Amino acid sequence: MSVEAPAPPRTPGGGRADRPARRSRRPRGSVTGYLLLAPAGIFLLAFFVVPFYSLVATSLFDPSGSDFRGYEMTYAWGNYVDVVRDYWGPLLRAMAYGAAATAACLVLGYVLAYAIAFKAGRWKNLMLVLVIAPFFTSFLIRTLSWKLILADDGFVVNTLQVLQLLGDDGRLLATPFAVIAGLTYNFLPFMVLPLYASLDKLDPRLVEASSDLYANPVAGFFKVTWPLSLPGVVSGTLLTFIPATGDYINAELLGSTNNRVIGNVIQSQFTDANNYPVAAALSVLLSVLIVVMVLVYVRRAGTEELL
Amino acid sequence: MRWVRDNLVLLLGLAVLVYTFVPIAVVVLMSFNAPDSRLVYSFDGFTLDNWLNPCADPDLCSALGVSIRIGALATAGSTVLGTLAAFALVRHRFRGRSASNLLIFLPMATPEVVLGSSLLALFVASGLAGQLGFWTILIAHVMFCLSFVVVTVRARLAGMDDALEQAAMDLYATPAQTFWRVTFPLVLPGILAAALLSFSLSFDDFIVTNLNSGNTTTFPMYVWGVARVGIPMQVNVIGTLMFVLSIAVVIGVEVRNRRRQVPVA
Amino acid sequence: MSRLAEQEVAGDALGAPASGEEGPYDGLRIRALTKSFGSYTAVRSLDLDIPRGSFFALLGPSGCGKTTTLRMVAGLEQPTSGTITLAGEDITRTKPYRRPVNTVFQSYALFPHLDVAENVAFGLKRRKVKDVAAQVEAMLALVELETQASKKPAQLSGGQQQRVALARALINRPEVLLLDEPLGALDLKLRRSMQIEVKRIQTEVGLTFVHVTHDQEEAMTMADTVAVMNGGVVEQMGAPSELYENPRSTFVANFLGQSNLIEGTVRRRDADLVTVDMHGVTVSVPAHRVHTDGDRGWVGIRPEKVLIGEVGAELDAPGNTVPGGVITDVSFVGVSTQYLVRMPWGQELQVFAQNTGRQRMFAHGEQVELSWRPEYAFLLDASQDVAAGADRVVG
Repeated sequence: MSVEAPAPPRTPGGGRADRPARRSRRPRGSVTGYLLLAPAGIFLLAFFVVPFYSLVATSLFDPSGSDFRGYEMTYAWGNYVDVVRDYWGPLLRAMAYGAAATAACLVLGYVLAYAIAFKAGRWKNLMLVLVIAPFFTSFLIRTLSWKLILADDGFVVNTLQVLQLLGDDGRLLATPFAVIAGLTYNFLPFMVLPLYASLDKLDPRLVEASSDLYANPVAGFFKVTWPLSLPGVVSGTLLTFIPATGDYINAELLGSTNNRVIGNVIQSQFTDANNYPVAAALSVLLSVLIVVMVLVYVRRAGTEELL
Repeated sequence: MRWVRDNLVLLLGLAVLVYTFVPIAVVVLMSFNAPDSRLVYSFDGFTLDNWLNPCADPDLCSALGVSIRIGALATAGSTVLGTLAAFALVRHRFRGRSASNLLIFLPMATPEVVLGSSLLALFVASGLAGQLGFWTILIAHVMFCLSFVVVTVRARLAGMDDALEQAAMDLYATPAQTFWRVTFPLVLPGILAAALLSFSLSFDDFIVTNLNSGNTTTFPMYVWGVARVGIPMQVNVIGTLMFVLSIAVVIGVEVRNRRRQVPVA
Repeated sequence: MSRLAEQEVAGDALGAPASGEEGPYDGLRIRALTKSFGSYTAVRSLDLDIPRGSFFALLGPSGCGKTTTLRMVAGLEQPTSGTITLAGEDITRTKPYRRPVNTVFQSYALFPHLDVAENVAFGLKRRKVKDVAAQVEAMLALVELETQASKKPAQLSGGQQQRVALARALINRPEVLLLDEPLGALDLKLRRSMQIEVKRIQTEVGLTFVHVTHDQEEAMTMADTVAVMNGGVVEQMGAPSELYENPRSTFVANFLGQSNLIEGTVRRRDADLVTVDMHGVTVSVPAHRVHTDGDRGWVGIRPEKVLIGEVGAELDAPGNTVPGGVITDVSFVGVSTQYLVRMPWGQELQVFAQNTGRQRMFAHGEQVELSWRPEYAFLLDASQDVAAGADRVVG
């Protein structure tokens, strides 16, 4: 897998501004453009845009309907009130777990990306490969592996108990800690790759210049390195937070029934309870919340270069 | 001690890297495990049985087969559609280009559970609730792989020097020759990377698949199902194989690249 | 072709209108060529005649339109209007892959997936030429890269890549070879040796070379005719020495080397001499070096043509003498000493004195007199910007 794959798209390169010739080259007919784009565009319209419309419609169906009797469109906005009332717990929990895991990923990912970008020397490419490699093994298998590692009579728990860091009947599995740790682990590469892409572009001489101008290493980091890596931080946190908030595999495998998140609820309302309007309303609510949070976050971070 | 202080960041980075490999080590170890019971999950004894009989549970291998078939088809579909779209977006100027970019970007920024439930809502609304299975999974997988293909190929294309194609034209290559002899060979690594990414995304997907699968069982769904009743050790064999295979592919590509361009000091 | 003949051709071309005299011309002829990008005009009604077999340089700062001109000749850019003919044939709208023109790109644009020999063979193979291998071998020998044939471009040094790019274009024996700042990416030392190399190859193969550069020294070293471009038009064209010795505009005077430009008022115009009052000092300029019809103008003199002497000393160069200078800066640069001399009217003039040992060095603050032979001075139009071309980036 190439490193640029899930990383954010590159910023447009610094082409020579004095060459107007370069800017308006390729005066090609737009028809070819449309023809090339059409298959993918139509596919995404049919299986991404239309389904979302369908999801919104479903969320407004009469909740008393069923798969068997069919549903009626009653513009039942009350569905949203109901799902917020019934499921605000899993909803907030998903956001909290997602945020905590994103923060943890940022700390671990920054250290790793920084080490690769500035300290790895000729081992740079190898380390990048190693970052991605574990994630070719199935998500589920890796998560189950954590379940084993954090198990009640496992090595980690026993060690912590011996060190008195964990009570004799204390456990790691089936706690929020385990869920957040699992999320952190699973989404780490989504943080590392964009951070690396940002840091790798950073000229190390800038940091040298800051130390020449009387900045100590800490000031040098916070005044030069960190601000310049912000685009990577923003896309990394988004790429981590969004899937981590929607994920329910970690909550299901590593948590307990007290740790159910919104994803669990949507899944079971759809496939087990066949309660489509409720499930759809939850799903729409989740995406609206995420969109709002992302917009607020991007505006605050002041980075528009996400596309 | 001084060395440790000078290389603190590198050591911390390596520690994080080691941490990412801990579960893999457990998977590899467990693939050689001879467990006493299926419910208590610990290393009880060494055996090669799991490797010699990977299909001890026939359901496992049939699920694996389904995942491979879907992965291959989803990869082919999304790679072709996505590559065409990437060419359109990088090489052509037309109205609605930024809207198209947004359309490509959004599926990547949408939680899987929303992607999956949207599709399910559509299938149910279209009266296909009873038809869920192989084809609905395939459609779902092409949909979420597509954006990743576009982004990957687009990056490769955008990074290509325009002068190369101009040079080809200047050297008497017709537009068709320019494409097949210069453009395509240079974009190919990007397309292959996109295909590899697509396959691994498709093969590994659980959340979207689970919502749209009907009675079809993919490999991740099989693992999910058996997770409650105790996992056959063969699952770890498959996990180990996936890891080894992908490492081999990545290292192979890397070695080839290195051989191609030895930088001159 | 003698230098004199070329100058005549060049001189004709500049003044030539686009009409009428379109006879069979065996070189590259550009008429009324214009290229606009939206509201921005990169090239403005350009006329050029480039004789067959010449080494022609288009010289100008970034954004002057020289690269756009080159790309239109290559067919990589479509002119907004105007024509390009090559050996009498109109190629204005011919596809790039159908014109007998090849380009050495600024970035070299070597195909990274092909080795050196495959890169060089690319054009021949597209035209289905026979005996490709032997020609490639001969061409690689010409650029002294025989031993590198099976390497990939990324394995070569910058200078080697440049030679591959040259070989890849040359092997097609184009009517015209276009070079787009091909030496810009090389370091100074390598650039000097490549300049000599490219010049040698041009003499050997005898093709028409059109070389685009912003480096005036490079243009003057390599080309036998230089056209100085600015703002989409050719300011002046001719042999390097002619451009340098007798610039017609402040831009050329400043962009090619350095000039002292001093404000003056024309007092008398005789048949062969024009007399100018320069802040109260009367100087004369030969009539053929006067490029203005107005009453006012810029008197130009190159710093190395100015002689510096003690007040009242007998002068080596009897002619225009300007008293009352005070030395404000002295820079010793080995072969010469460069002085800044403040004149009574406040302007600082540059003087380069050769270190011949015949004259002592002057010190900061000393009173001096300046003088120059009238035949070295030139007079430019007062309406031109005195600083035009002075802020160029020295390549």
